[in-house]
Amino acid sequence: MLVSIYRYNPDTDEKPVMQDVEVELPEDKDLMVLDVLALVKQQDSSVVYRRSCREGVCGSDGMNINGTNGLACITPMSTAVKSGGKLVLRPLPGLPVIRDLVVDMSIFYKQYEKIKPYLINDTAPPAIERLQSPEDRAKLDGLYECILCACCSTNCPSFWWNPDKFIGPAGLLQAYRFLADTRDTADNERLSELDDPFSVFRCRGIMNCVAVCPKGLNPTRAIGHIRSMLIEHGT
Amino acid sequence: MVTNVTNLGRSGLSDWIVQRFSAIILAAYSLCILASFVMNPDMDFEKWSSIFDNTAMRLFSLITLLALCAHAWIGMWTISTDYMTSLQLGKSATFFRIMFQAGCVLLIAVYLLWGIQIFWGN
Repeated sequence: MLVSIYRYNPDTDEKPVMQDVEVELPEDKDLMVLDVLALVKQQDSSVVYRRSCREGVCGSDGMNINGTNGLACITPMSTAVKSGGKLVLRPLPGLPVIRDLVVDMSIFYKQYEKIKPYLINDTAPPAIERLQSPEDRAKLDGLYECILCACCSTNCPSFWWNPDKFIGPAGLLQAYRFLADTRDTADNERLSELDDPFSVFRCRGIMNCVAVCPKGLNPTRAIGHIRSMLIEHGT
Repeated sequence: MVTNVTNLGRSGLSDWIVQRFSAIILAAYSLCILASFVMNPDMDFEKWSSIFDNTAMRLFSLITLLALCAHAWIGMWTISTDYMTSLQLGKSATFFRIMFQAGCVLLIAVYLLWGIQIFWGN
């Protein structure tokens, strides 16, 4: 199997190159892309990528696999590569490359930080915990599961054009996660901070985020809910 | 750096609502014009100009013209702040963007004034 990997070290290289590596794959197994990367690293230890849990929970190994963003650890080779094709690995698009497949996610985290990803409640804390009905808790399903792998935001053209202003699908999914939480009392403040021409409204609803989310989440729907809340809040 | 100062309503929500309402007005007006052609298969200049002698039609046309101007400005402003940023154009991005936006404002103003003159002039 031919594996083509994006190689770039900004300190020494003038420009990035694609390096081809031939890897022997076992015929009786459908390896994950991360396993193939490990085989590549056995041949060339200078290849750099992030990985941690290797089971789609930590979100470290988000990368562009044959043109589609995804987590290397839960993308089987049979899905990633059509028969006879080669495996092409590039870093997540739109973010500065630190080295090879490792990108600088500072701006992504900055956008996440902007939406205040924590419960805000100005009422007196109860003795034990803030209770929530099962129905209210169910409103958070499809929102809290995000692992911040950045596959969605780096697949979004609006995030590419204005990464410093558009919160991006990952951040907005989390913004709605706290707006939808009945234990949070800061809806008005949260909505006021989102009502500018960039933070939410740069979403054009093209659903690139939905297409690549490794957890099967739907940021576009969450953004639609935020828009509805903004209309109620602002009119 | 891309800023909000040149957008229409200073609020994403107001721009979003204006763009959608103006789109509805533009669609309604297009249907109205289409219907006038369908109902008048032998349309000539006399019939065409008589349609616009009607005050209601003139008012509708003026509203559509205003909707078109708002719609065009929001659209062009969005395009310019998407594609004409320092990421794409470097340090001169602000200059090019302002020039582009100024050109759009000028063109929209000309269309508006010209349109008013056509619909309401003698």
